[in-house]
Amino acid sequence: MISISLNNERRECDANLALAELLPLWGFECEKIAIAINGDFIPRSQYGDLRLNAGDQVDVLAPVQGG
Amino acid sequence: MKQNQDNLTLYGQTFHSRLLIGSALYPSPAIMREAITASGSEIITVSLRRQSPSEAGGEGFWQQLKSLNKTLLPNTAGCHSVKEAVTLAQMSRELFETDWLKLEVVGDDYNLQPDPLGTVEAAEQLIKLGFKVFPYCTDDLVICQRLRDVGCQVLMPWGSPIGTGRGLMNPYNLQTIRERIPELPLIVDAGIGKPSHAVQAMELGYDGILLNTAVAQAGDPVLMARAFRDAVTAGRQATLAGAMPERQTASPSTPTLGMPFWHQQ
Repeated sequence: MISISLNNERRECDANLALAELLPLWGFECEKIAIAINGDFIPRSQYGDLRLNAGDQVDVLAPVQGG
Repeated sequence: MKQNQDNLTLYGQTFHSRLLIGSALYPSPAIMREAITASGSEIITVSLRRQSPSEAGGEGFWQQLKSLNKTLLPNTAGCHSVKEAVTLAQMSRELFETDWLKLEVVGDDYNLQPDPLGTVEAAEQLIKLGFKVFPYCTDDLVICQRLRDVGCQVLMPWGSPIGTGRGLMNPYNLQTIRERIPELPLIVDAGIGKPSHAVQAMELGYDGILLNTAVAQAGDPVLMARAFRDAVTAGRQATLAGAMPERQTASPSTPTLGMPFWHQQ
């Protein structure tokens, strides 16, 4: 297990799982979110292959009202 | 020109309405829907924020948006650096499935003034990445020219700081931008508080108005949305019609020939 930051909250996760496998465990649906890791955009096409590293900062964003 | 031929073209897309409207700060989702519909706007600004799974990935808002069937203009509100803005833009493009982007790079938190240098740099990077950038910028002619030079095909100088409702702080600057950049659509974005402000901007020759708070925070947002719809139309028609020249002295409108009670002495 490794420790990462998910939307600025500490989480423990299995380093062997791909991002696409972690997201449902965290309660997210891939098609309704966009992701950045350590400030860099991660295209949806990479979720299946990408594995997190300890200390990664993951931002999971969804649509909101804007001006 | 007939009104029905007077369309607004932005990055090759044609719109009947010249009012762009935000989706934030309404008293309720239902009032947001009703006000946006009443405004006649065809372009709505949206954003992205961190969400917890319990909020179902913004599903409720997303469904509201889709039901309105409008063109979406995602923003990068709150970004303080070029990197933040570029990253958020890429996330928006994937999620909202549009390459349109309202670029905001905040330079100062007190008045949310755009960072002019950061905005130009971010615009240049984003255009190279294929975005169609709508830069929110200050009413600075040279910054507007730089944004044009890096490839922005629409410019959106502020009227006054976001959410202040103070109207056009510097009409001279806005007019100068209009005169010096006649080839691009110009939209006054931010600071509009009353329909008269929108009329004033349109009478300066601006092509459109982008606002949010003035409608969302009005006593009756739906009624105010209609007022802004009509104001933008009035200002646009006034520009097309051509206003009379101002005069220093009075000039009677009623004929003086045949004036009664006057007799040669």
